[in-house]
Amino acid sequence: MIPTPYHVRSRRPDRADTVTLTLEPVEGACPSFLPGQFTMLYAPGVGEIPISISGRARSGGYVQTVRAVGAVSRALCRARRGDVVGVRGPFGTHWELAAAHGLDVVVAAGGLGLAPLRPVIRELAAHGARFGRISVIVGARTPSTLMYPRELARWGRDFDVQVTVDHPDRAWKGPTGLITKLVGRIVFEPARTYAFVCGPEVMMRATAGELVRRGVPAGRIALSLERNMKCGIGRCGHCQLGPLFTCLDGPVLTYDKVADLLEVKQL
Amino acid sequence: MSKLAVWKLASCDGCQLTLLDCEDELLSVAARVEIAYFLEASSARGKGPYDLSLVEGSITTPDDLERIGHIRRVSRHLVTIGACATAGGVQALRNLADVREFASVVYARPDYIKTLDRSTPVSAHVPVDFELRGCPIDKRQLLEVIGAFLAGRRPVVPAHSVCVECKARGNPCVLVAHGTPCLGPVTQAGCGALCPAFNRGCFGCFGPMESPNAAALNALLRAAGMDDDALQRVYRTFNVTSFGGSSDA
Amino acid sequence: MEAAVLDTLDPLIGALRERGYAVVGPMVRDGVIRFAELDSAADLPVGRADEQAPGVYRLHERGELVFGFAASPDSVKRWTHPPRSTLFRMRDGVPEPAAVRAPKVALLGVRACDLAALAVQDRVFLGGRHPDEAYRERRAALFLIAVTCAVPGGTCFCASTGTGPRADSGFDLALTELTGPHRFLVEPGGERGAELLAALPSRPAGDADLETARGVGAAAEARMGRHLDLGGVRERLAEGRESPVWNEIASRCLTCANCTMVCPTCFCVTVEDGTSLDDGTAERTERWDSCFTLEFTELGGAPVRSSGAARYRQWLTHKFSTWFDQFGTCGCVGCGRCVTWCPAGIDIIEELERLR
Repeated sequence: MIPTPYHVRSRRPDRADTVTLTLEPVEGACPSFLPGQFTMLYAPGVGEIPISISGRARSGGYVQTVRAVGAVSRALCRARRGDVVGVRGPFGTHWELAAAHGLDVVVAAGGLGLAPLRPVIRELAAHGARFGRISVIVGARTPSTLMYPRELARWGRDFDVQVTVDHPDRAWKGPTGLITKLVGRIVFEPARTYAFVCGPEVMMRATAGELVRRGVPAGRIALSLERNMKCGIGRCGHCQLGPLFTCLDGPVLTYDKVADLLEVKQL
Repeated sequence: MSKLAVWKLASCDGCQLTLLDCEDELLSVAARVEIAYFLEASSARGKGPYDLSLVEGSITTPDDLERIGHIRRVSRHLVTIGACATAGGVQALRNLADVREFASVVYARPDYIKTLDRSTPVSAHVPVDFELRGCPIDKRQLLEVIGAFLAGRRPVVPAHSVCVECKARGNPCVLVAHGTPCLGPVTQAGCGALCPAFNRGCFGCFGPMESPNAAALNALLRAAGMDDDALQRVYRTFNVTSFGGSSDA
Repeated sequence: MEAAVLDTLDPLIGALRERGYAVVGPMVRDGVIRFAELDSAADLPVGRADEQAPGVYRLHERGELVFGFAASPDSVKRWTHPPRSTLFRMRDGVPEPAAVRAPKVALLGVRACDLAALAVQDRVFLGGRHPDEAYRERRAALFLIAVTCAVPGGTCFCASTGTGPRADSGFDLALTELTGPHRFLVEPGGERGAELLAALPSRPAGDADLETARGVGAAAEARMGRHLDLGGVRERLAEGRESPVWNEIASRCLTCANCTMVCPTCFCVTVEDGTSLDDGTAERTERWDSCFTLEFTELGGAPVRSSGAARYRQWLTHKFSTWFDQFGTCGCVGCGRCVTWCPAGIDIIEELERLR
């Protein structure tokens, strides 16, 4: 439960309320991580929250995107280059990219859910030949809250990338409404498809449900769940979802393992 | 250095005194913040605006109303302290009766008295950044809130029941072990389970906990010998505006 | 070393103190029998007995036994998993682990259910991928003297959970209180216990002593306050998540968290972060938490389990169903504390029956 001190190597404001930090250990090297895993990020004296790892910087550090919603995330977003934060982890399960080899791939991200999926999309971009047809669908509240817009545009050259927003501004020319609508606008062979889904729980349930209806096996739909986490190591008990510790058994779980649990209100 | 101000409305001063009672820790506070306005401690009236204002007392007069508007305007963060400021206090008992009748009985010249019909919490009039409960407030919690606002973090002031602190402290439950009526299960923690530690029942001075089930507790309190009047009294003491309707009597 | 017979417990208490242990055992305090540091055997609650029922605990004078009572409000958890502990301090970007407080404590009068709870805690704290070293240290500093329950409480059901009333293992020494004449059968549970026993003025136990001791456990088993049929409970809870019973229980449940606080296996904690007002040193504290609080599941400013029904369901389902999935064992050891110390007297056995 003791955090390791990391330097904030760089800080890039993404959007009005999100900041992407590059973090490097004050001493030694970053432990390796797998896409989908998270760390417990500690703002000294303020508190600690789970944040997914969005990638590895060229320097070797973790790239992590934080949205300022509470006191801890606000403090992390305020961190300046050279500041020390604490890091524990990486923890949790990861996106099983190898399970998608040879299959069509659907990546569905809602809001900040694009952050944990970023390393997946980079992997798809780097090794496209290992997969079938690749589609990325993204939902955002407004055009201005859309994450990583420049990278999305770049990825759009490699595969089908579609974005929808709930509340368009005047300049918005793309689709509006729920991300589930985009599922009908991309091409994939359901029986031979693997899906990576991350976003608010209601978005993940709707998207996974839509994919299942179209014939994607539930065991090939991976979700990343979010619950209150205080420890990241299955000790504090907060993140339980039925028999699962979200921090140990998740956050990445296939839909067949959690569909029933997610149906139960307030579980 | 951050500037701190301490204000008083309709109240007994006990919560402000909690800050003076901090003694050793008060020096640490004074080292971190400029105590710019605190009439209970010093006649100096440092100029605003203030980074943190602690407000004691409820709104009971037209003058209070005016002052709280001013306090809000000159304060970056406004924290109310104590049952008066957060729930109207004991003086909110007037809310259940006719204040003019009281005034006519108490004062020789009731027409000199300018008072409002009701005693209300500060949050009923201006936005409040944090409410620290208690009658009086707890010293550790006060220091925690000051520290949290200085550090820009959320104060660790749990909203769960007194029972959590009571059991952590190692007290046996007075309701279970002695049949002593206790409001602990419906009352917010913060006092460190002070009364049960001395084999007394909790009388609810920190107000309702996050999800009070008063109806369920009342059945137990009745079984422990409290009648409707006693039930009403115990809920209508410190936190009338938040607890007052809990007696279902 | 074989079983032996002691006439009094003072030499045992003395020998433990000589070895640097604080001897903590049952005493009458605040109108209950609870664990506190003993000076001598005279502090033990001779002739005192507890009456336990759902939401009720009363102390009476009855008989002449030293251990004529059942589970105390506190369990061994207080020593192995204290209510509050500092984890680390951080100054100028350098974290310093806080020293683990693991005082040498001899717990005298630990019940079989509590030893079973310790075995459950071992799985929780030490069995996974991230063992808790502080727990390991505190646990290793304990000297455990079990006692066979002679008088089970009105809410006990360890015979149903297979965790008592006689302790088979997990202790340094086990006592069984015998009468006519009054004496204690002492059985060592390992080398440490055998070594201590060898240093005490005792006499070898005879067949009659052993036979009488077996009778004490058997009699207690027959007098168990409650019976729980565990068959199918795990599945019943996993399948009963939408049962209307949860709402009905919630109408009586105070969500006060007493049950989780007194439970000897409940392990949930939260952390509190802060900074000292003096020099800004950051500090993290771990403290007992409960699935009955709203903050426990707070996510994005709102609790996942906002209803009392959902919180009660989590507590009972975790204890009797998902605990198996997570730790390969039941989370309940039949001590009855959650039944006695629930101010509302909610009886988990009755509720499990109603969920059928």
